[in-house]
Amino acid sequence: MNSTTVIVGASLAGINAARTLRLQGREGPIIVVDADPERPYDRPPLSKQMLTGEWEREKILLPAGKEDLGLDFRLGVRAKALDLSARQITLEGTGGAVETTAFDSLVIASGASARRLPESAGVAGVHVVRTLADSLALRDELDAGPTRVVVVGAGFIGAEVASSCRKRGLEVTLVEAMPLPLERILGVEMGKVCAQVHIENGVDLRLGTGVLQLETETVDGVEKVVGVALTDGTTVAAEVVVVGIGVTLNTEWLEGSGLTLDDGVVCDNTLLAAPGVVAAGDIARYPSARFGRMLRVEHWETAIAGGEAAARTLLAEASGETPAVFDPIPWFWSDQYDRKIQLAGRPMPTDQCVVVHGSTEEFRFVALYGDGDRLTGVLGMNRPRHVVQLRAIFEEGASFSEACERAASL
Amino acid sequence: MRIVVDFDLCESNAVCMGIAPEIFEVRDDDFLYVLDENPPESMRAKMEESVQRCPKQAISIAED
Repeated sequence: MNSTTVIVGASLAGINAARTLRLQGREGPIIVVDADPERPYDRPPLSKQMLTGEWEREKILLPAGKEDLGLDFRLGVRAKALDLSARQITLEGTGGAVETTAFDSLVIASGASARRLPESAGVAGVHVVRTLADSLALRDELDAGPTRVVVVGAGFIGAEVASSCRKRGLEVTLVEAMPLPLERILGVEMGKVCAQVHIENGVDLRLGTGVLQLETETVDGVEKVVGVALTDGTTVAAEVVVVGIGVTLNTEWLEGSGLTLDDGVVCDNTLLAAPGVVAAGDIARYPSARFGRMLRVEHWETAIAGGEAAARTLLAEASGETPAVFDPIPWFWSDQYDRKIQLAGRPMPTDQCVVVHGSTEEFRFVALYGDGDRLTGVLGMNRPRHVVQLRAIFEEGASFSEACERAASL
Repeated sequence: MRIVVDFDLCESNAVCMGIAPEIFEVRDDDFLYVLDENPPESMRAKMEESVQRCPKQAISIAED
Protein backbone atom coordinates (compact mmCIF):
# COMPACT_ATOMS: atom_id res chain seq x y z
CA MET A 1 0.00 0.00 0.00
CA ASN A 2 1.59 3.28 -1.12
CA SER A 3 0.14 5.52 1.56
CA THR A 4 1.55 8.68 3.11
CA THR A 5 2.44 8.66 6.80
CA VAL A 6 3.05 11.89 8.67
CA ILE A 7 4.85 11.76 12.00
CA VAL A 8 4.77 14.90 14.11
CA GLY A 9 7.80 14.83 16.40
CA ALA A 10 11.31 13.61 15.52
CA SER A 11 12.33 12.81 19.05
CA LEU A 12 12.44 9.34 20.60
CA ALA A 13 8.77 8.37 20.12
CA GLY A 14 8.45 9.75 16.60
CA ILE A 15 11.72 8.38 15.29
CA ASN A 16 11.05 4.92 16.71
CA ALA A 17 7.58 4.94 15.19
CA ALA A 18 9.14 5.83 11.83
CA ARG A 19 11.79 3.16 12.18
CA THR A 20 9.28 0.46 13.13
CA LEU A 21 6.93 1.37 10.27
CA ARG A 22 9.74 1.20 7.74
CA LEU A 23 11.34 -1.97 9.08
CA GLN A 24 7.94 -3.66 9.20
CA GLY A 25 7.40 -2.90 5.52
CA ARG A 26 5.41 0.34 5.36
CA GLU A 27 6.01 1.75 1.90
CA GLY A 28 5.34 5.22 0.60
CA PRO A 29 6.45 8.55 2.02
CA ILE A 30 7.07 8.84 5.76
CA ILE A 31 7.26 12.54 6.54
CA VAL A 32 8.81 13.34 9.91
CA VAL A 33 8.13 16.87 11.11
CA ASP A 34 9.66 18.64 14.10
CA ALA A 35 9.78 22.26 15.18
CA ASP A 36 13.30 21.63 16.49
CA PRO A 37 15.79 22.23 13.64
CA GLU A 38 18.34 19.76 15.03
CA ARG A 39 18.79 16.22 13.75
CA PRO A 40 17.05 13.77 16.11
CA TYR A 41 18.88 13.59 19.42
CA ASP A 42 18.64 11.94 22.78
CA ARG A 43 17.46 14.12 25.66
CA PRO A 44 18.76 12.50 28.88
CA PRO A 45 22.34 13.78 28.34
CA LEU A 46 21.05 17.37 28.02
CA SER A 47 20.92 17.77 31.80
CA LYS A 48 24.02 15.64 32.42
CA GLN A 49 26.95 14.96 30.05
CA MET A 50 26.14 17.90 27.77
CA LEU A 51 25.96 20.32 30.71
CA THR A 52 29.14 19.12 32.35
CA GLY A 53 30.89 19.41 28.98
CA GLU A 54 31.88 15.72 28.88
CA TRP A 55 29.98 15.12 25.63
CA GLU A 56 29.55 17.01 22.39
CA ARG A 57 26.43 17.10 20.25
CA GLU A 58 27.54 14.36 17.82
CA LYS A 59 27.43 11.90 20.68
CA ILE A 60 23.76 12.40 21.44
CA LEU A 61 22.40 11.96 17.91
CA LEU A 62 19.87 9.13 17.88
CA PRO A 63 21.09 6.09 15.92
CA ALA A 64 17.67 5.67 14.27
CA GLY A 65 17.97 9.22 12.91
CA LYS A 66 21.20 8.25 11.17
CA GLU A 67 19.89 5.02 9.62
CA ASP A 68 18.96 4.93 5.98
CA LEU A 69 15.22 4.48 6.38
CA GLY A 70 14.17 6.71 3.51
CA LEU A 71 12.45 9.20 5.81
CA ASP A 72 11.45 12.63 4.60
CA PHE A 73 12.64 14.85 7.46
CA ARG A 74 11.08 18.31 7.75
CA LEU A 75 13.09 19.81 10.60
CA GLY A 76 12.40 23.32 11.85
CA VAL A 77 8.82 22.82 10.67
CA ARG A 78 5.94 23.20 13.08
CA ALA A 79 2.57 21.46 12.93
CA LYS A 80 -0.09 24.16 13.12
CA ALA A 81 -3.42 22.46 12.62
CA LEU A 82 -5.04 19.11 11.98
CA ASP A 83 -8.13 18.53 9.87
CA LEU A 84 -9.13 15.00 10.70
CA SER A 85 -12.06 14.70 8.29
CA ALA A 86 -10.02 16.01 5.34
CA ARG A 87 -6.99 14.04 6.57
CA GLN A 88 -4.76 17.06 6.17
CA ILE A 89 -2.19 18.66 8.38
CA THR A 90 -1.06 22.28 8.20
CA LEU A 91 2.68 22.85 8.57
CA GLU A 92 4.62 26.06 9.07
CA GLY A 93 8.21 26.24 7.89
CA THR A 94 11.05 28.30 9.34
CA GLY A 95 10.34 31.30 7.11
CA GLY A 96 6.67 31.26 8.09
CA ALA A 97 5.62 29.52 4.88
CA VAL A 98 2.47 27.51 5.46
CA GLU A 99 1.61 24.36 3.55
CA THR A 100 -1.03 21.69 3.81
CA THR A 101 -0.08 18.05 3.54
CA ALA A 102 -2.45 15.13 3.08
CA PHE A 103 -1.87 11.93 5.01
CA ASP A 104 -3.29 8.45 5.31
CA SER A 105 -1.73 7.68 8.68
CA LEU A 106 -0.67 10.11 11.40
CA VAL A 107 1.60 9.60 14.40
CA ILE A 108 1.25 12.32 17.03
CA ALA A 109 4.49 12.56 18.99
CA SER A 110 4.83 16.31 19.37
CA GLY A 111 5.86 15.95 23.00
CA ALA A 112 6.06 18.80 25.44
CA SER A 113 7.77 22.12 26.08
CA ALA A 114 9.39 23.28 29.29
CA ARG A 115 7.24 25.48 31.50
CA ARG A 116 8.76 28.85 32.21
CA LEU A 117 8.42 31.35 35.03
CA PRO A 118 6.04 34.21 34.33
CA GLU A 119 7.75 37.42 33.21
CA SER A 120 11.00 35.60 32.46
CA ALA A 121 10.80 35.91 28.67
CA GLY A 122 13.79 37.77 27.31
CA VAL A 123 15.59 37.94 30.66
CA ALA A 124 19.22 36.93 30.16
CA GLY A 125 20.57 34.26 32.48
CA VAL A 126 17.24 32.43 32.89
CA HIS A 127 17.19 28.95 31.37
CA VAL A 128 15.14 25.83 30.88
CA VAL A 129 16.55 22.47 29.74
CA ARG A 130 14.41 20.73 27.17
CA THR A 131 16.15 21.07 23.81
CA LEU A 132 19.73 20.78 22.64
CA ALA A 133 19.77 24.54 22.08
CA ASP A 134 18.61 25.07 25.71
CA SER A 135 21.37 22.81 27.01
CA LEU A 136 24.12 24.45 24.94
CA ALA A 137 22.96 27.95 25.94
CA LEU A 138 23.07 27.00 29.62
CA ARG A 139 26.44 25.32 29.20
CA ASP A 140 27.89 28.52 27.74
CA GLU A 141 26.83 30.41 30.85
CA LEU A 142 28.16 27.73 33.18
CA ASP A 143 31.50 27.89 31.31
CA ALA A 144 31.71 31.55 32.34
CA GLY A 145 31.88 30.40 35.99
CA PRO A 146 28.93 32.07 37.74
CA THR A 147 29.32 32.51 41.49
CA ARG A 148 25.97 30.80 42.09
CA VAL A 149 23.30 28.99 40.13
CA VAL A 150 19.71 28.90 41.38
CA VAL A 151 17.75 25.87 40.22
CA VAL A 152 13.99 26.25 40.55
CA GLY A 153 12.22 22.90 40.99
CA ALA A 154 13.78 19.79 42.55
CA GLY A 155 12.18 17.30 40.17
CA PHE A 156 14.35 15.07 38.02
CA ILE A 157 15.52 17.80 35.63
CA GLY A 158 16.24 20.23 38.46
CA ALA A 159 18.06 17.56 40.46
CA GLU A 160 20.21 16.54 37.51
CA VAL A 161 21.04 20.15 36.64
CA ALA A 162 22.00 20.79 40.27
CA SER A 163 24.17 17.68 40.16
CA SER A 164 25.89 18.74 36.91
CA CYS A 165 26.57 22.21 38.32
CA ARG A 166 28.09 20.73 41.48
CA LYS A 167 30.28 18.48 39.30
CA ARG A 168 31.58 21.66 37.70
CA GLY A 169 32.38 23.02 41.16
CA LEU A 170 29.65 25.66 41.09
CA GLU A 171 27.63 26.79 44.11
CA VAL A 172 23.99 25.76 43.79
CA THR A 173 20.78 26.75 45.53
CA LEU A 174 17.93 24.36 44.76
CA VAL A 175 14.44 25.71 45.40
CA GLU A 176 11.42 23.44 45.72
CA ALA A 177 7.86 24.54 46.42
CA MET A 178 6.88 21.19 47.95
CA PRO A 179 8.04 20.23 51.46
CA LEU A 180 10.29 17.52 49.95
CA PRO A 181 11.78 16.78 46.53
CA LEU A 182 9.87 14.24 44.41
CA GLU A 183 7.31 13.80 47.18
CA ARG A 184 4.43 13.52 44.72
CA ILE A 185 6.21 10.71 42.87
CA LEU A 186 8.09 8.82 45.58
CA GLY A 187 6.25 9.74 48.77
CA VAL A 188 7.47 11.40 51.97
CA GLU A 189 9.97 8.78 53.13
CA MET A 190 11.89 8.58 49.86
CA GLY A 191 11.53 12.33 49.33
CA LYS A 192 13.55 12.75 52.56
CA VAL A 193 16.27 10.46 51.20
CA CYS A 194 16.44 12.47 47.96
CA ALA A 195 16.67 15.72 49.94
CA GLN A 196 19.57 14.27 51.93
CA VAL A 197 21.42 13.33 48.72
CA HIS A 198 21.38 16.99 47.65
CA ILE A 199 22.51 18.20 51.04
CA GLU A 200 25.36 15.67 51.23
CA ASN A 201 26.55 16.95 47.87
CA GLY A 202 26.82 20.51 49.08
CA VAL A 203 23.62 21.95 47.63
CA ASP A 204 21.85 24.76 49.47
CA LEU A 205 18.39 23.17 49.47
CA ARG A 206 15.38 25.43 50.11
CA LEU A 207 12.22 23.40 50.57
CA GLY A 208 8.60 24.52 50.82
CA THR A 209 9.29 27.82 49.16
CA GLY A 210 8.38 29.18 45.76
CA VAL A 211 9.69 31.95 43.57
CA LEU A 212 8.19 35.36 44.29
CA GLN A 213 9.99 37.11 41.45
CA LEU A 214 13.22 37.32 39.52
CA GLU A 215 15.52 40.18 40.48
CA THR A 216 16.96 41.77 37.37
CA GLU A 217 19.26 44.56 36.29
CA THR A 218 19.34 46.24 32.92
CA VAL A 219 22.79 47.02 31.55
CA ASP A 220 23.25 48.42 28.03
CA GLY A 221 19.62 47.65 27.27
CA VAL A 222 19.93 43.99 28.28
CA GLU A 223 17.80 42.84 31.21
CA LYS A 224 19.76 40.23 33.14
CA VAL A 225 18.89 38.16 36.17
CA VAL A 226 20.86 38.93 39.33
CA GLY A 227 18.89 36.94 41.87
CA VAL A 228 15.68 35.26 42.89
CA ALA A 229 13.28 36.53 45.54
CA LEU A 230 11.61 33.62 47.29
CA THR A 231 8.18 33.41 48.93
CA ASP A 232 9.84 32.77 52.32
CA GLY A 233 11.07 36.38 52.20
CA THR A 234 14.71 35.61 51.37
CA THR A 235 16.59 36.54 48.22
CA VAL A 236 19.35 34.47 46.63
CA ALA A 237 21.87 36.26 44.43
CA ALA A 238 22.70 34.35 41.25
CA GLU A 239 23.82 35.12 37.70
CA VAL A 240 22.21 31.97 36.34
CA VAL A 241 18.72 30.62 37.06
CA VAL A 242 17.56 27.26 35.72
CA VAL A 243 13.85 26.54 35.80
CA GLY A 244 12.71 22.92 36.00
CA ILE A 245 9.03 23.15 36.88
CA GLY A 246 7.55 20.65 34.50
CA VAL A 247 6.21 20.78 30.99
CA THR A 248 3.33 21.98 28.87
CA LEU A 249 2.12 19.48 26.29
CA ASN A 250 2.40 20.50 22.65
CA THR A 251 -1.26 19.99 21.82
CA GLU A 252 -2.20 23.51 20.59
CA TRP A 253 -2.22 22.33 16.98
CA LEU A 254 -4.76 19.64 17.86
CA GLU A 255 -7.36 22.01 19.33
CA GLY A 256 -10.59 21.72 17.39
CA SER A 257 -9.35 18.70 15.43
CA GLY A 258 -11.97 16.42 16.91
CA LEU A 259 -9.43 14.37 18.85
CA THR A 260 -10.10 14.07 22.55
CA LEU A 261 -7.59 16.17 24.49
CA ASP A 262 -7.43 15.76 28.25
CA ASP A 263 -3.94 16.35 29.62
CA GLY A 264 -2.64 14.69 26.47
CA VAL A 265 -4.12 12.97 23.45
CA VAL A 266 -6.59 10.40 24.73
CA CYS A 267 -5.96 7.02 23.10
CA ASP A 268 -7.31 3.52 23.49
CA ASN A 269 -5.17 0.75 24.96
CA THR A 270 -3.37 0.32 21.63
CA LEU A 271 -2.46 4.03 21.39
CA LEU A 272 -5.05 4.60 18.67
CA ALA A 273 -6.60 8.08 18.96
CA ALA A 274 -8.81 7.92 15.86
CA PRO A 275 -8.88 5.71 12.77
CA GLY A 276 -5.39 5.90 11.24
CA VAL A 277 -4.18 8.23 14.00
CA VAL A 278 -1.96 7.13 16.88
CA ALA A 279 -0.12 8.99 19.64
CA ALA A 280 3.10 8.14 21.46
CA GLY A 281 5.56 9.55 23.96
CA ASP A 282 4.90 12.30 26.51
CA ILE A 283 1.67 13.33 24.84
CA ALA A 284 -0.20 9.99 24.79
CA ARG A 285 -2.74 9.22 27.52
CA TYR A 286 -3.91 5.62 27.51
CA PRO A 287 -5.86 3.30 29.79
CA SER A 288 -3.63 0.95 31.78
CA ALA A 289 -5.32 -2.20 33.02
CA ARG A 290 -2.18 -2.93 35.04
CA PHE A 291 -2.52 0.26 37.07
CA GLY A 292 -6.29 0.56 36.80
CA ARG A 293 -6.28 4.14 35.52
CA MET A 294 -5.39 6.37 32.59
CA LEU A 295 -1.64 6.92 32.35
CA ARG A 296 0.50 9.48 30.59
CA VAL A 297 4.16 8.65 30.99
CA GLU A 298 7.03 11.04 30.28
CA HIS A 299 9.81 8.45 30.46
CA TRP A 300 12.55 7.74 27.94
CA GLU A 301 11.79 4.04 27.62
CA THR A 302 8.05 4.62 27.26
CA ALA A 303 8.78 6.95 24.34
CA ILE A 304 10.66 4.18 22.52
CA ALA A 305 8.18 1.43 23.38
CA GLY A 306 5.21 3.70 22.67
CA GLY A 307 6.60 4.79 19.31
CA GLU A 308 7.10 1.17 18.33
CA ALA A 309 3.68 0.12 19.64
CA ALA A 310 1.90 3.00 17.92
CA ALA A 311 3.54 2.05 14.62
CA ARG A 312 2.48 -1.57 15.06
CA THR A 313 -1.07 -0.44 15.77
CA LEU A 314 -1.15 1.45 12.46
CA LEU A 315 0.23 -1.59 10.64
CA ALA A 316 -2.27 -3.94 12.30
CA GLU A 317 -5.13 -1.58 11.51
CA ALA A 318 -4.08 -1.38 7.85
CA SER A 319 -3.90 -5.16 7.52
CA GLY A 320 -7.11 -5.83 9.42
CA GLU A 321 -5.38 -7.48 12.37
CA THR A 322 -6.02 -6.84 16.03
CA PRO A 323 -3.43 -4.43 17.44
CA ALA A 324 -1.55 -5.40 20.61
CA VAL A 325 -2.40 -3.82 23.93
CA PHE A 326 0.16 -1.27 25.18
CA ASP A 327 0.55 -1.58 28.95
CA PRO A 328 4.22 -1.83 29.93
CA ILE A 329 5.56 -1.18 33.41
CA PRO A 330 6.87 2.39 33.23
CA TRP A 331 10.56 2.61 34.08
CA PHE A 332 13.06 5.43 34.32
CA TRP A 333 16.41 6.32 35.73
CA SER A 334 17.91 9.54 36.99
CA ASP A 335 21.60 10.12 37.66
CA GLN A 336 22.26 12.57 40.46
CA TYR A 337 25.82 13.04 41.74
CA ASP A 338 27.14 9.50 42.16
CA ARG A 339 23.69 8.03 42.76
CA LYS A 340 21.51 6.27 40.21
CA ILE A 341 17.81 6.37 41.01
CA GLN A 342 15.59 3.92 39.13
CA LEU A 343 11.86 3.49 39.45
CA ALA A 344 9.75 0.79 37.85
CA GLY A 345 6.00 1.21 38.18
CA ARG A 346 3.68 4.04 39.10
CA PRO A 347 3.26 4.23 42.88
CA MET A 348 0.96 6.75 44.51
CA PRO A 349 2.73 8.90 47.13
CA THR A 350 0.42 7.45 49.77
CA ASP A 351 1.33 3.81 49.01
CA GLN A 352 3.26 1.89 51.63
CA CYS A 353 6.99 1.78 50.99
CA VAL A 354 9.29 -0.90 52.40
CA VAL A 355 13.07 -1.12 52.00
CA VAL A 356 13.87 -4.72 51.01
CA HIS A 357 17.61 -4.44 50.32
CA GLY A 358 20.38 -2.23 51.66
CA SER A 359 19.60 0.89 53.63
CA THR A 360 18.61 4.47 52.98
CA GLU A 361 21.43 5.60 55.33
CA GLU A 362 24.05 4.33 52.87
CA PHE A 363 22.00 5.60 49.89
CA ARG A 364 22.15 2.14 48.34
CA PHE A 365 18.87 0.30 48.60
CA VAL A 366 15.79 -1.12 46.95
CA ALA A 367 12.29 -0.31 48.16
CA LEU A 368 8.94 -1.72 47.11
CA TYR A 369 5.69 0.24 46.98
CA GLY A 370 2.32 -1.36 47.56
CA ASP A 371 -1.32 -0.35 47.61
CA GLY A 372 -2.68 -2.96 49.98
CA ASP A 373 -1.18 -6.14 48.58
CA ARG A 374 -0.95 -4.75 45.04
CA LEU A 375 2.64 -4.08 43.99
CA THR A 376 2.84 -0.57 42.51
CA GLY A 377 6.54 0.26 42.31
CA VAL A 378 10.16 -0.79 42.64
CA LEU A 379 12.58 1.98 43.60
CA GLY A 380 16.32 1.54 43.59
CA MET A 381 19.22 3.76 44.50
CA ASN A 382 22.50 2.35 43.14
CA ARG A 383 20.90 -1.09 42.89
CA PRO A 384 20.34 -1.65 39.16
CA ARG A 385 20.51 -5.43 39.36
CA HIS A 386 17.77 -5.68 41.95
CA VAL A 387 15.55 -3.20 40.17
CA VAL A 388 15.66 -5.14 36.91
CA GLN A 389 15.06 -8.46 38.67
CA LEU A 390 12.17 -7.08 40.68
CA ARG A 391 10.76 -5.43 37.60
CA ALA A 392 10.61 -8.89 35.99
CA ILE A 393 8.78 -10.21 39.06
CA PHE A 394 6.45 -7.19 38.81
CA GLU A 395 5.85 -8.02 35.15
CA GLU A 396 4.83 -11.55 36.11
CA GLY A 397 2.08 -10.04 38.24
CA ALA A 398 3.51 -10.67 41.70
CA SER A 399 1.69 -9.23 44.70
CA PHE A 400 3.39 -6.83 47.13
CA SER A 401 3.96 -9.52 49.78
CA GLU A 402 5.19 -12.01 47.19
CA ALA A 403 7.64 -9.45 45.78
CA CYS A 404 8.92 -8.67 49.30
CA GLU A 405 9.46 -12.36 49.89
CA ARG A 406 11.25 -12.95 46.60
CA ALA A 407 13.35 -9.79 47.03
CA ALA A 408 14.91 -11.33 50.13
CA SER A 409 16.44 -14.13 48.05
CA LEU A 410 17.85 -11.96 45.23
CA MET B 1 27.04 -12.35 15.81
CA ARG B 2 29.27 -10.89 18.48
CA ILE B 3 28.12 -8.58 21.28
CA VAL B 4 30.30 -5.53 21.84
CA VAL B 5 29.82 -3.34 24.90
CA ASP B 6 31.52 0.03 25.17
CA PHE B 7 32.30 -0.04 28.87
CA ASP B 8 33.25 3.63 28.84
CA LEU B 9 29.63 4.38 27.97
CA CYS B 10 27.91 1.65 30.00
CA GLU B 11 26.47 2.98 33.22
CA SER B 12 24.80 -0.21 34.38
CA ASN B 13 21.17 0.71 33.97
CA ALA B 14 20.67 -3.06 33.55
CA VAL B 15 18.05 -2.66 30.82
CA CYS B 16 19.87 -5.30 28.74
CA MET B 17 19.79 -7.68 31.68
CA GLY B 18 16.03 -7.23 31.83
CA ILE B 19 15.75 -8.19 28.16
CA ALA B 20 18.30 -11.02 28.05
CA PRO B 21 19.53 -12.16 31.48
CA GLU B 22 21.20 -15.18 29.85
CA ILE B 23 23.60 -12.82 28.04
CA PHE B 24 23.87 -9.71 30.22
CA GLU B 25 24.37 -9.66 33.97
CA VAL B 26 24.82 -6.67 36.25
CA ARG B 27 26.38 -7.98 39.46
CA ASP B 28 26.50 -6.68 42.98
CA ASP B 29 29.53 -4.56 42.12
CA ASP B 30 27.14 -2.67 39.77
CA PHE B 31 29.21 -3.61 36.72
CA LEU B 32 27.87 -5.29 33.60
CA TYR B 33 29.27 -8.67 32.60
CA VAL B 34 28.62 -10.21 29.18
CA LEU B 35 28.03 -13.89 29.87
CA ASP B 36 28.14 -14.96 26.23
CA GLU B 37 29.81 -12.68 23.69
CA ASN B 38 28.65 -14.90 20.82
CA PRO B 39 24.99 -15.53 21.46
CA PRO B 40 23.16 -17.97 19.20
CA GLU B 41 21.32 -16.63 16.17
CA SER B 42 18.03 -17.47 17.88
CA MET B 43 18.69 -14.56 20.24
CA ARG B 44 19.09 -11.94 17.53
CA ALA B 45 15.76 -10.19 18.18
CA LYS B 46 16.58 -9.85 21.88
CA MET B 47 20.08 -8.62 21.09
CA GLU B 48 18.70 -5.99 18.72
CA GLU B 49 16.18 -4.93 21.35
CA SER B 50 19.04 -4.59 23.85
CA VAL B 51 20.92 -2.37 21.40
CA GLN B 52 17.87 -0.16 20.86
CA ARG B 53 16.89 0.07 24.53
CA CYS B 54 20.32 0.79 25.99
CA PRO B 55 20.00 4.31 27.41
CA LYS B 56 23.67 4.96 26.70
CA GLN B 57 23.94 3.39 23.22
CA ALA B 58 26.70 1.26 24.70
CA ILE B 59 25.83 -2.04 23.00
CA SER B 60 26.46 -2.99 19.40
CA ILE B 61 26.39 -6.16 17.33
CA ALA B 62 29.44 -7.08 15.24
CA GLU B 63 29.05 -9.56 12.40
CA ASP B 64 32.28 -11.53 12.30
